[in-house]
Amino acid sequence: MKAIVHVTLKNGVLDPQGKAIEHALDGLGFDGVGEVRQGKVIELELDTADKDAALSQVSDMCEKLLANTVIEDYSIDLAD
Amino acid sequence: MVDALTQSMGAAPQLIWHRETVLPDLDLIVLPGGFSYGDYLRSGAMAARSPVMKEVVRKANDGVAVLGVCNGFQMLTEAGLLPGALMRNRSLKFICRDVFLKVDGANQTFSGNYSSGQVIRIPVAHHDGNYFADNETLNRLEGEGQVGYRYCDAEGNTGDAINPNGSARHIAGIYNDRGNVLGMMPHPEDHVEDLQGCSDGRGLFDGLVEALS
Repeated sequence: MKAIVHVTLKNGVLDPQGKAIEHALDGLGFDGVGEVRQGKVIELELDTADKDAALSQVSDMCEKLLANTVIEDYSIDLAD
Repeated sequence: MVDALTQSMGAAPQLIWHRETVLPDLDLIVLPGGFSYGDYLRSGAMAARSPVMKEVVRKANDGVAVLGVCNGFQMLTEAGLLPGALMRNRSLKFICRDVFLKVDGANQTFSGNYSSGQVIRIPVAHHDGNYFADNETLNRLEGEGQVGYRYCDAEGNTGDAINPNGSARHIAGIYNDRGNVLGMMPHPEDHVEDLQGCSDGRGLFDGLVEALS
C-alpha cells in the first residue's frame, strides 16, 4: 500500500516561500491568484494492506518526524 | 566552538558522536551549528532524532546545562526542549553578517558575564532563523524572562527594519522554562578573540565556566 502525506503550514503561520511564488505568478501575468501556500508531499511504500494499521502507523510517523506540528498540519491519503 | 570552549575552560571539551547512546557525566552539553543532514525535511529535524538526542533530552530534563547554537537551536526546538520553531528567513536569503544583540532576560548560567540590556556584536550565518511561536507562547516567554537575546541596532533599539530574519518579537535566543537550556541563532563562538575582529561572545563562555565550576 502507498501512503501519501501532505504537509502544509498551519493557518496563521507566515509562508515567505508561498509569498515569493505569489509575486512570481503575478509577474508572469497570472491574474486572480490569491494567497499561495507551499507545502510538501511525502510518498511512502508500506508493507501492510490493512488501512487502519497503515493510517495509525503513518500518523505516528507524522507526529514524530514528518511534520513539525508547532507550525505544520498534515493529511494522509492511502492508495492501493 | 571547540576553540571557544577550550579558551574559556582551559581544557578541551569532549566530542561526542551522534550515534552514541550513553553520555558521560557532563556539566554542559553544546549542540554546535552546521547544516546537519543538509537541512533535509526541516532544519535540525533529522539530527534531533539522532540516537544521542534521547540522552541529551534526558540530561536536560535532569537539569544539565545545554547550549544550542544555530543548527543546534533548530535541533533543540525539533527535539521539544525549547518551544517554537525556526522557519525560513523572511527575505528567503541566507544571511551571513554581524548583528547586534541585546541581552534580555538574566539567567544564572548563560548570561553571567553580561549585564541586562547590554548590546553585543555577534555574527549570524543561517537560512532558517526566523523564530516562530504562537502568541500565547511568545507572551509566556516574555513574561517569564525566557527571551535571552533579541536582535537590535548598535544602540539597542529593536524594530522590523533592524530584525534580520523576521523572528517573532525580534527573538534571537530563548531559554527553557527551567533556565538550563539556551538556544540561539547567532554564533557567539565566532567572536571570542580579537583575531576574529571582536570578542563580544567571550562573555557567554566565560560566564558559563564560572557558573558551572
